[in-house]
Amino acid sequence: MTSKLTTSNRAGWGFALPGFALIATFIVLPFIFAFWLSLTNQRLISPNPTEFVGLDNYRSLLSIDVLSIEPERDAAGALVRDDDGALSYPAVRGFTRNNPDYPQYAGMREWFRWHWGDTAKVVIATDVIFWKALANTLTFVLVVAPVQGALALGLALLINQRLRGINFYRAVYFMPVVVSIVVVSLLWRFIYDGEDGLLNNLLSALTFGAFTGMDWLGNPDTALGSIMAMSIWQAVGFHMVIWLSGLQTISPTLYEASAIEGASKWQTFRYVTWPGLRNTAVLVVIVITMQAFALFAQIDVMTNGGPLDSTQTVVFQAVERGYGKQDISGGSTISVILFVLVLTISLIQRWLAREKT
Amino acid sequence: MNRRILLAATLATTAGFAGTASAQTALSMWYHGAGGEVEGAIIRQIVDDFNASQSDYVVSLESFPQESYNDSIVAAALAGNLPDIVDVDGPVMPNWAWAGYLRPLDIDESLIENFLPGTKGYWNGELYSVGLWDAAVALYARQSTLEALGLRTPTLEEPWTKEEFMAALDAAKESGDFEYPLDLGMAWTGEWYPYAFSPFLQSFGGDIVDRETYQTAEGVLNGDAALEFGEWWQSLFADGYAPGTSQDPADRDAGFIDGKYAFSWNGNWAAVNTIEGGVDDVVFLPAPDFGNGSVIGAASWQFGVSAASEHPEGAAAFIEFALQDKYLAAFTDGIGLIPSTPTAAEMTETYKEGGPLNVFFALSEEQALVRPVTPGYVVAAKVFEKALADIANGADVADTLDAAADEINADIERNGGYGHQ
Repeated sequence: MTSKLTTSNRAGWGFALPGFALIATFIVLPFIFAFWLSLTNQRLISPNPTEFVGLDNYRSLLSIDVLSIEPERDAAGALVRDDDGALSYPAVRGFTRNNPDYPQYAGMREWFRWHWGDTAKVVIATDVIFWKALANTLTFVLVVAPVQGALALGLALLINQRLRGINFYRAVYFMPVVVSIVVVSLLWRFIYDGEDGLLNNLLSALTFGAFTGMDWLGNPDTALGSIMAMSIWQAVGFHMVIWLSGLQTISPTLYEASAIEGASKWQTFRYVTWPGLRNTAVLVVIVITMQAFALFAQIDVMTNGGPLDSTQTVVFQAVERGYGKQDISGGSTISVILFVLVLTISLIQRWLAREKT
Repeated sequence: MNRRILLAATLATTAGFAGTASAQTALSMWYHGAGGEVEGAIIRQIVDDFNASQSDYVVSLESFPQESYNDSIVAAALAGNLPDIVDVDGPVMPNWAWAGYLRPLDIDESLIENFLPGTKGYWNGELYSVGLWDAAVALYARQSTLEALGLRTPTLEEPWTKEEFMAALDAAKESGDFEYPLDLGMAWTGEWYPYAFSPFLQSFGGDIVDRETYQTAEGVLNGDAALEFGEWWQSLFADGYAPGTSQDPADRDAGFIDGKYAFSWNGNWAAVNTIEGGVDDVVFLPAPDFGNGSVIGAASWQFGVSAASEHPEGAAAFIEFALQDKYLAAFTDGIGLIPSTPTAAEMTETYKEGGPLNVFFALSEEQALVRPVTPGYVVAAKVFEKALADIANGADVADTLDAAADEINADIERNGGYGHQ
């Protein structure tokens, strides 16, 4: 079996070789290293020899369990209620710390809980911060990917017109992309400032003083949302340009034909523009997803993962552990898990977007 | 000044003039203070003076920005090209010594007899590094505020108790003149947290790790004293005494000067700016005593010799040379650091007896406690910082301190006890 790739294609391989070499050296090789390191106890700096520890790192990162806690009862067996009528539950630390009756829960901490009748179901994990980081990262991806993609398409449609000075608008929308993300993050820290930030002043002026200020990055409920809004704004211009290139590949004759047929604006978009953007859409969604999973700089500059872990992310934790806490094996383990996750999601996206024949 | 060095220096100079035929040995040195103009000028002056004073060695200096300095050292060590003379932050020194980056510092120890305790870097019984300066933290206040609120001025002998301190904060809060009574500097993330706040915990009777063995944090970071500290720490933010982790860095720098805060927990390096900023009645109060004495952090940047150096005697000679009072005083006059010796302090305008910052020298001498001297400190400091930020943001105190103690213990275990005997 010979294919076009292997027969008489020396020039093609020659052209591809530098690219392959670079990818192998800087992406494939480091990944193999990371995978190997995740099976050891490698430290960033240490005189102790590196030991093979098997899947220990994965176990301590991923161990998760559900603990059922019965509410406290008094001597008569009646449920103890406080003044508001709420049930009282024994502390989780009573089960997870120095309790020989529950050796399987040793060292675990509460992530979140829900109630099933009177019983509290508490999800406990060995590495709560990692799970929080994972949940935050997935939330970030789920919000940013569709919103940023749609906004970028909207902007691309707006600037895909023959108007005087349209290049000015293209440049304005693209500007945040060329500014360093670290600088953008610093500036947005001032915008979000809880006391006299630009956003608070603006909202206060718009509501004639009814809005009294909000500590956007200091409040666990708004911190991640604030970072999402800022990230969407920062990179939307980049994806706008990709959409724009897609729009300009659509033949004008199709538009002329639909105009002659009397199609409305929506019909033109639905049956001419959107089918023509199919491949662009796949590209944009996959690129945004991968970029969103790599969320790091904004966190590092703006919140350091806080307040109360509300902005922890997977990549931030990988760096924090590998360099901050000198635990290269822990950082590598997170990287490998992230790789598997992103690969899986990209494959699913490819499969969903496949050409159906 | 030590006569031996002067004699050696003189001999070396004479020899240098007599005949420069013998080849000079090149020594490299890395410094963390790139970007600081005055600081850079002083360190270059020391290097130039040393090179001119003898003919055996030529030191060449490379400066790095402070934020990336530690990373540069680690990278250089992994790549096998450490410089001969390194500059190391006091609490990080045991980590580098344990990792084999540093060799014990072979200098005449009589030279550092009079040095402040925080400036001498000992690990496992051996001297690894020496600092030309120390740093200290004090409670900044205006004399006029103390008088207006009717507060006793605390002294080194009789610092405020916890009750007096909280009463002072309450008085400042009730006066309505300030946005917040107390500025802790929560905007300064990183080493500031363990440096500035772990002394509070120590004054309560807890610590980051058990200093007897350095093998566990259980019972010290989550014992009764630590829980009491944690509850108090949380109340500072919950009850509106101090701005929390989202404090604007600009407010940290200028808030006290602008009168937004009644008290500010700040280092000696901010003193000159505060006075020049117009607070001419500023007083530097000692840390409150929460039950186990007033405590402040100690140890700043210090010099040591890398294990990779092929000429450790030359590197040590340079460090001995740099320990002269005139250089200590130059750093103090230039960038406001606390000189390591009383004699150098007398040579400066600010730290001499009766000088405006002399109180910091006394604070350093009386109250300073170095951060835990263990290679594991680097990780423990990160864990401690996060625990304090979480508690300030309302996390459960007992759970947070337990988790922090567990994480520190797990790290100690993974590192085989960090080489403590």
